[in-house]
Amino acid sequence: MIANVWLHPTLIYLIGAFFLPLIPRGLRKPYLVFVPCLAFLGVLTMNGSHGVHGVFQYLDWTVIFGRVDALSLVFAHIMTLMCVIGTIYGLHVERDAEHIAAWLYVAGSLGVIFCGDYLTLFLFWELMAFSSVFLIWFRGRKQSLGAGYRYLLVHVAGGLFLLAGIILRYKATGGDLSFGPIGVDHPTLPTYLIMIGFILNAAVPPLHAWLPDAYAEATVNGAVFMCAFTTKTAIYALCRAFAGMEILVPLGVCMALYGVVYAVLENNIRKLLAYHIISQVGYMVAGVGIGTELAINGACAHAFAHILYKGLLFMGCGSVLHMTGKSDFSELGGLYDKMPKTFVYTLIGGLSISAFPLFSGFVSKSMIVAAGMESHHATAALLLLVASAGTFLHTGLKVPYFIWFGKNNCSAQTRELAKDPPSNMQWGMAIAAFLCIFIGCYTPYLYSMLPYQAAAAEYHPYELSHISETLQILLFTALGFFLLLKKLTPEAKISLDMDWFYRMGGRAFAWFAQKPVQGADNVVSEAYRTTGLVPLMATARFWSWFDWNGIDLVVDGIARTVRNAGANLRHMQSGQLQVSILAAMSLVAIALVLYVFV
Amino acid sequence: MIVRLIDFLRDRLGLVINICYVALGLLVLWDTLFVDKGHAEFWFEKLPGFWSVFGFLACVVIILFSKWFGHLGIMTREDYYDR
Repeated sequence: MIANVWLHPTLIYLIGAFFLPLIPRGLRKPYLVFVPCLAFLGVLTMNGSHGVHGVFQYLDWTVIFGRVDALSLVFAHIMTLMCVIGTIYGLHVERDAEHIAAWLYVAGSLGVIFCGDYLTLFLFWELMAFSSVFLIWFRGRKQSLGAGYRYLLVHVAGGLFLLAGIILRYKATGGDLSFGPIGVDHPTLPTYLIMIGFILNAAVPPLHAWLPDAYAEATVNGAVFMCAFTTKTAIYALCRAFAGMEILVPLGVCMALYGVVYAVLENNIRKLLAYHIISQVGYMVAGVGIGTELAINGACAHAFAHILYKGLLFMGCGSVLHMTGKSDFSELGGLYDKMPKTFVYTLIGGLSISAFPLFSGFVSKSMIVAAGMESHHATAALLLLVASAGTFLHTGLKVPYFIWFGKNNCSAQTRELAKDPPSNMQWGMAIAAFLCIFIGCYTPYLYSMLPYQAAAAEYHPYELSHISETLQILLFTALGFFLLLKKLTPEAKISLDMDWFYRMGGRAFAWFAQKPVQGADNVVSEAYRTTGLVPLMATARFWSWFDWNGIDLVVDGIARTVRNAGANLRHMQSGQLQVSILAAMSLVAIALVLYVFV
Repeated sequence: MIVRLIDFLRDRLGLVINICYVALGLLVLWDTLFVDKGHAEFWFEKLPGFWSVFGFLACVVIILFSKWFGHLGIMTREDYYDR
């Protein structure tokens, strides 16, 4: 059924994940590197094959698996590249299922990036949510279990908004499922519903609380994947459908500042980084809202750069967690002599996210700010500059300072455990760090991939006035940081966020279910048991005895055989809901592949 | 090597701090004298050292506002959700 030789990278990950458990131990690590590299090379060779591939007729609908154009290629390039880096960083992880979950997650993301219709989009959208949740659960803590369920709950709710939007739009347009510019000039109800589905995944406040909640609880390796794929896939979807949607500008600016404010309060390193994802994605959302060619270029470029430096930051802070088991500022500090290489890599990530000249953020973030200035969104652009001061304040200064310098809060055991991580983790960080600097120094690498080439060619980040402006903002932020250092000492506290509503709301619901509802139910059951059940059970016991010892023995022993088989089957089920979901998910994935390609 | 460099700088902390202050001063001077501001969007961008003040104020406002906001009751004890 495949129309031509175009090979969907999603398929590479799905097949790769399927065979991973069967690979002999000696070949496991080469195989783990090989599969993502193959997918990355596959994307690199697509440059000449712009167009639409993998078109199928499904019932009355045309589903499109492979729309290849500049916009999908730039995102596919960075997603597959990040998968290579993330898998190398996680090579030491023994559990196959964690790699499989990560690859399925990447597969979902690429499925969204290449799809051409909303049906396919929705399918892969859900695959991302259902596979990434395992990256949280595999952490194995009690808190991770809860965080995973909350993550799933929120994403399923977002998926329902999206689905409702898709169906209503299908009705309203008389059968249009194509995924393209949605018509932002006259937004209708379906437009808003689809937008809610998208911006929930982009973590736009007030729909953002799932992100810090989940990413701080994920496995070390899982967080490296999660910080790249969900939000940036949503940015891709927004670029594709909602370019120029005016409301996204204020939403994006609020996001950028909101993340910065919460990052000040945060004591957990990975939660701080998670709040800075919200802040950085705010730039991209604002870029989509501005919607000019330069702004869309900026959103894409910033997503590209962001995936690398945020992955690098999560790898650096993940290494600290991996080696010491600690991720709170109040339990770390003064580790520069123990983990010097990790410090340097994390610092490179911090300088990149802060947009220092010669680092990747400088050539991407400024594009969005410049687009804002040019298109009469000057206030938005200035507020984004305020947020960029906050970014350097935290990720560039607070994170390195309070982990590697500052007051030593480490216990003797933490200091004993602290050293630079295994070589594969260092390789992951080294590659990402190299790319962060490479992108900042050699702009054509990134700029030649952007969707609007004319606008990209006209934009020059390294103008003296721009360098001077950036250096002044950043260095005087550093001055402020050191003058107010006392104020910034992390406090061993958590900050309440929007998740309070569903965490406490869930509690109220549980109380309602337990107390009034279950109480009433108990009263009724008790009455039923004494009046009806006791005589009924006595009769049933007699007939059961008669059936077992009389009929089954006489006939052929079928009941005994079935019971024994059932007992064997029961041993295969651990009773954990997550395992059942994994099994069901795998079945769905296999069935899907079989259905489409066989 | 990295550790030795950091230790070297830490031993001369006073000097490093002074060098940083001088660098900040030179940056503002360079901006005032040599940087072409023909493309400026706003009149205030042409003020000498405008972005320095902007960066410093942004930093201070973010810290003070966030701490004030956090102490309104947003920051709470770590076992808040475990009860």
